[in-house]
Amino acid sequence: MPHDHHDHDHLSPSGHPFRKDNDSALSYWQTMEVAIRELMVEKGELTLAQIQAQIDAMDDRSPANGAAVVARAWTDPEFKKRLLENGSDAAREMGFDIGPMHLVAVENTADTHNLIVCTLCSCYPRNLLGLPPDWYKTREYRSRAVREPRAVLREFGVELPADMTLRVHDSTADMRYIVLPARPAGTDELSADDLAKLVTRDSMIGTGLPKAP
Amino acid sequence: MTYTVGTSVRIKAMSPLGHIRTPHYLRGKTGIVERVLGPFKNPEQLAYMVPAPTRTLYRVRFEMGHIWPDAEAPQDTLDAEIYEHWIDQDAT
Repeated sequence: MPHDHHDHDHLSPSGHPFRKDNDSALSYWQTMEVAIRELMVEKGELTLAQIQAQIDAMDDRSPANGAAVVARAWTDPEFKKRLLENGSDAAREMGFDIGPMHLVAVENTADTHNLIVCTLCSCYPRNLLGLPPDWYKTREYRSRAVREPRAVLREFGVELPADMTLRVHDSTADMRYIVLPARPAGTDELSADDLAKLVTRDSMIGTGLPKAP
Repeated sequence: MTYTVGTSVRIKAMSPLGHIRTPHYLRGKTGIVERVLGPFKNPEQLAYMVPAPTRTLYRVRFEMGHIWPDAEAPQDTLDAEIYEHWIDQDAT
């Protein structure tokens, strides 16, 4: 319950708790980052504009990129085959700069559902989907997604039939994962662009399903 | 040695300290090689910025009912990436 705050003595006029200001001194690593950045600029290795451009590029990544890949796979069987064989190459083929990321796409079908988690940290296909949601990084999601995944899915509103196989993928090392959701019924007439609008971030993590048309 | 797809493998039950990529809940468990991912530099050494040899990385599939005896759906599976040096050669 988002507005069920218990600390009623410290609420802002809008009813939310005040967030603590982060005006403490720089940490050791923050100081080192500033020092190295300034040194690189001073020595002409990088310009401030290049650094800003890289930050902008990272901020521009969003689930819309993954949704475009999914929609293409729904409409182009040969592309779907390539995506399932080598996710990285398929994403690059669509023009997404995914760096050295090793992408594995796992397909939801009539009898299989896939769910992605990283129990050890917060591995996520950021190069394709942008930043992970906060809950993806919580100890609760990371532990429960492997311990009681069907209960977790129910909390996300996804009730799997008993005869459906759930495959949980723990990103423990060098791969990053994206779920290729099943194409919703009643979308035969839709273009790839319109299909992409049905593909949610959570449907590519496996905690959700695509929207109905 | 390289394990082929479909081979049954057991994960070592050791508990070394440091940066480890094999989750505790899979140690000592047996699964099936789902795919061979190829050679990668061993992250357990990369993390300490020391020379890291390449090791073969596998995706290993475990049955939920094997990992968790009280699993709601024992036939569900869990896939994880496991480095070759975590596979118990004496058990395969």
